[in-house]
Amino acid sequence: MSDMEETEGTESPVAPHRVIGTPPPSPRLLGSSPVPQEHETALDLVSDEEEFLDEHIEGLPPDDPRSVVHGKRAERVVVACFTLAFIAGCGFIAAYVGLGVTTVDKTLRSNLALGFSLSVMLLALGLGALIWVRHLMPNVEVTQERHDLRSKEIDRQALEQTFKEGTANSQFVKRPLVRRTLMLGTLPLLAAPVVLLRDLGPQPGTSLRHTVWSPGRRLLVQGTNKPITPAEFSAPGSMITIVPDGYEDDADALTEAAVILIKFRPGELHIPTRHQGSTLVGTMNWTVDNIVAYSKICTHVGCPVALYEQTTHHILCPCHQSTFEATTGATVIFGPAARPLPQLPMTTDSSGFLVARSDFTEPVGPSFWERG
Amino acid sequence: MSRPAVNNDTDFEVSKPLKGTAGWLDDRFGGARGVRTYLLRKVYPDHWSFLLGEIALYSFIILLLTGTFLSLFFVPSTTEVTYHGSYVKLDGIRMSEAYASTLRISFDVRGGLLIRQIHHWAADLFVAALMVHMLRVFFTGAFRKPREVNWLIGVTLFALALIEGLFGYSLPDDQLSGAGLRIFEGTLQGIPIVGTYLAYFLFGGPFPGHDIVPRMYIIHVLLVPGILLALIGAHVFIMFWQKHTQMPGKGNTERNVVGQASYPYFVAKTSAWFIFIFGALALLSTFASINPVWLYGPYTPVAISSASQPDFYMGILEGALRVMPAWEWNFLGHTVTFSVLIPFALPLGIILGGAAFWPFFERWATGDKAYHHINDRPRNAPVRTGVGIGAVVFYGVLWIEGANDVVADKLQIPLYTVTWIARVAVIVAPIIAYFITKRICLGLQRKDRNELLHGYESGIIRQLPNGEFIEVHQPANEERLAVLEAKKVTALLPAPGSEDDNGVPAPSARGMLGKARAVANRAFAEAIPVETDGHGNGHHGNGHAVTGEEHEAVGAPGSTALPPGDGGEE
Repeated sequence: MSDMEETEGTESPVAPHRVIGTPPPSPRLLGSSPVPQEHETALDLVSDEEEFLDEHIEGLPPDDPRSVVHGKRAERVVVACFTLAFIAGCGFIAAYVGLGVTTVDKTLRSNLALGFSLSVMLLALGLGALIWVRHLMPNVEVTQERHDLRSKEIDRQALEQTFKEGTANSQFVKRPLVRRTLMLGTLPLLAAPVVLLRDLGPQPGTSLRHTVWSPGRRLLVQGTNKPITPAEFSAPGSMITIVPDGYEDDADALTEAAVILIKFRPGELHIPTRHQGSTLVGTMNWTVDNIVAYSKICTHVGCPVALYEQTTHHILCPCHQSTFEATTGATVIFGPAARPLPQLPMTTDSSGFLVARSDFTEPVGPSFWERG
Repeated sequence: MSRPAVNNDTDFEVSKPLKGTAGWLDDRFGGARGVRTYLLRKVYPDHWSFLLGEIALYSFIILLLTGTFLSLFFVPSTTEVTYHGSYVKLDGIRMSEAYASTLRISFDVRGGLLIRQIHHWAADLFVAALMVHMLRVFFTGAFRKPREVNWLIGVTLFALALIEGLFGYSLPDDQLSGAGLRIFEGTLQGIPIVGTYLAYFLFGGPFPGHDIVPRMYIIHVLLVPGILLALIGAHVFIMFWQKHTQMPGKGNTERNVVGQASYPYFVAKTSAWFIFIFGALALLSTFASINPVWLYGPYTPVAISSASQPDFYMGILEGALRVMPAWEWNFLGHTVTFSVLIPFALPLGIILGGAAFWPFFERWATGDKAYHHINDRPRNAPVRTGVGIGAVVFYGVLWIEGANDVVADKLQIPLYTVTWIARVAVIVAPIIAYFITKRICLGLQRKDRNELLHGYESGIIRQLPNGEFIEVHQPANEERLAVLEAKKVTALLPAPGSEDDNGVPAPSARGMLGKARAVANRAFAEAIPVETDGHGNGHHGNGHAVTGEEHEAVGAPGSTALPPGDGGEE
């Protein structure tokens, strides 16, 4: 313990030790950093309130010359901030009046002027207010008592008693038939809002099982909206998007009916035939001249499968990276999609244009409960 | 502090109109005493982390202000129009009125672009501030009795904020948000039994239809904001009624609240804070473009771009969809798509459900039924902090996986590898994070104990008469001691299978649930005690602040040495 005395006896500097989140011991913004001291103030006017236990001001006494100098400095900075805010605010109004927005360039100029003046105005106001609080207002620390949140036992009992009396007077307990018919009476009222929501939309019915594709409907190239012959789509490895004739711009129809067309080299395509329930899916004779048509709607949650890598024959959905093998009937090789992209049966019509043989033989797009 | 203390300069006249108005009101409502005591002299404790909730509150107010402005110009309709506005690149393009009016706000209304961007940035800041505020409340245990209800309101606010944000950024009907909406609709369809009906009723038929934009609009501008406003009001009022928590510190007890009076300090500071946040958002919106819908074009169901990202708070759902393997069952002739259902329900279910459940779980596991007005330091609740960090890591893995294509591209890692790493990490990483965090907490507790018993390392080297060099330890100051001594250790409940003197098993430890509780309790009770290493109560920093003797003490039986390198701040 002799060591202790030695330590306390020497005037070794106290190493800084500050809890994160507390203000630094001295105001750094405005020069001087006098040693803090505390002095109590009288609890004026609060003698009738036990709530406030303590109140004291941290900092220098107001008549100390250092705090007078400090206050004057702070005041000047605050005034400068507020004046800047006024000027910037005037600039904002001037920018609104003076700068029009009839072209993109003018819009950007206006946005810059308005935004910059607004920012300066707000930040200057905020900074001024902050310096005002931190350097002009005395730091009065108040200690307030916490009261019990829980009520006194006698009050709780009184409440219970009053509730019991009221319930007894209402006869709610005594007359069960009244009580039960009341509940019965309000039951339809509770159901009414749900019933009223019925006309929000049609019942799904079987609409998710069908698209607008029908036998003989032409495949149009998206963008140009022109029909296409197998000869016009002769470059192997390319992919184009197809829309159904008559529904080129119908978003509702395209959400289900959009198709991708891929051309392969002879011998690359191996579409296994398989049955899903009673429907036949994936057959080679639905293709024309090594061209195959798959639904463009991902079987995961319905994004368009827009990416095709011709060296690997992978179709990729950019949303969640479900990857489909194009040569084997768009089977899933990675990602969250659980089913292959449905294949659209195709043939050519008398003019040689690609047309649908029929609708898709299975539902396209995301899974749903009734899909089976 | 060199502040001029001027609170006895009260010999000035209150201006006549002010005094007159106050008198007029008091004649009619009374309440001078209440206004003085509860509004003007209400005490607010001060800590930087208490400002986080205020950011959320003020972002919300800014959202209301800017949103009102936007609603004066936005047309919530999918009626098709041909665009002829200032943005010539889309001239003559057919688009919905919603998209056209968004372009009009951006290019043909003075200040429209700025307000739109402030609205969007404020929405992101709102959700981000909610998250950080929730983490603060969680890690400091501020959700404990009596504040469980306010915590539940907060969790509800967070969930509503996500819906509000999703519907808000979907309104302009641009290509990016349209794709997001399609994902939302495809996910709804995946819900067993009612999914297709839900989707058809919400969208008024097959996707996209013409009903969804006006419906989202009224939900976005009236229904959800109305509920948010009411809940925020309740949230703030409950905080006011129960009084704010405070951090441990000198003079702070469970029976008092120490801080600054509402008038003028808190009012002035919080007003400055509001203006600062508004200013920061304005600055951000001036120089940082957000959601430039004119670049995306109007929505069409056949197009999409790669690297499409939703707003950041939807990233966890996006990542959950991407991380899932293709699981789908055929159940009695019905399709059950787990690859959609699990991402939809599980991650947010774990985060939000877990958050809502936690206060009650902790109460059950610790058996702690006391009121808590002094916050915990996160290190003093290692299990809670570990679970919280585990949840953050779980969220973070899914959030990063939501941008797996960007990660793969930037880091030159194969895309599928990124997804596989995420598949493993989403399960393993939170568990590892839990244990690491718990160990770090206990290590910090040891550091605290050493500081309490022996003072802190002052950085002053001294040579002893025998030539030995030592580092002088100095006693922590009063404020610091108050913080260190505020640690509370969870009481140990009876161990599973333990019996009392008569051979009767303790009631709390009976059955499966009792055993589970005892296991949880033991985890919660693991802590570094501050008073049981043979030094008795002599830990007030005045007897041990020194030298060679203490290095022995650190290694003495019953105490554990500070692990090397473990000197970091929290």
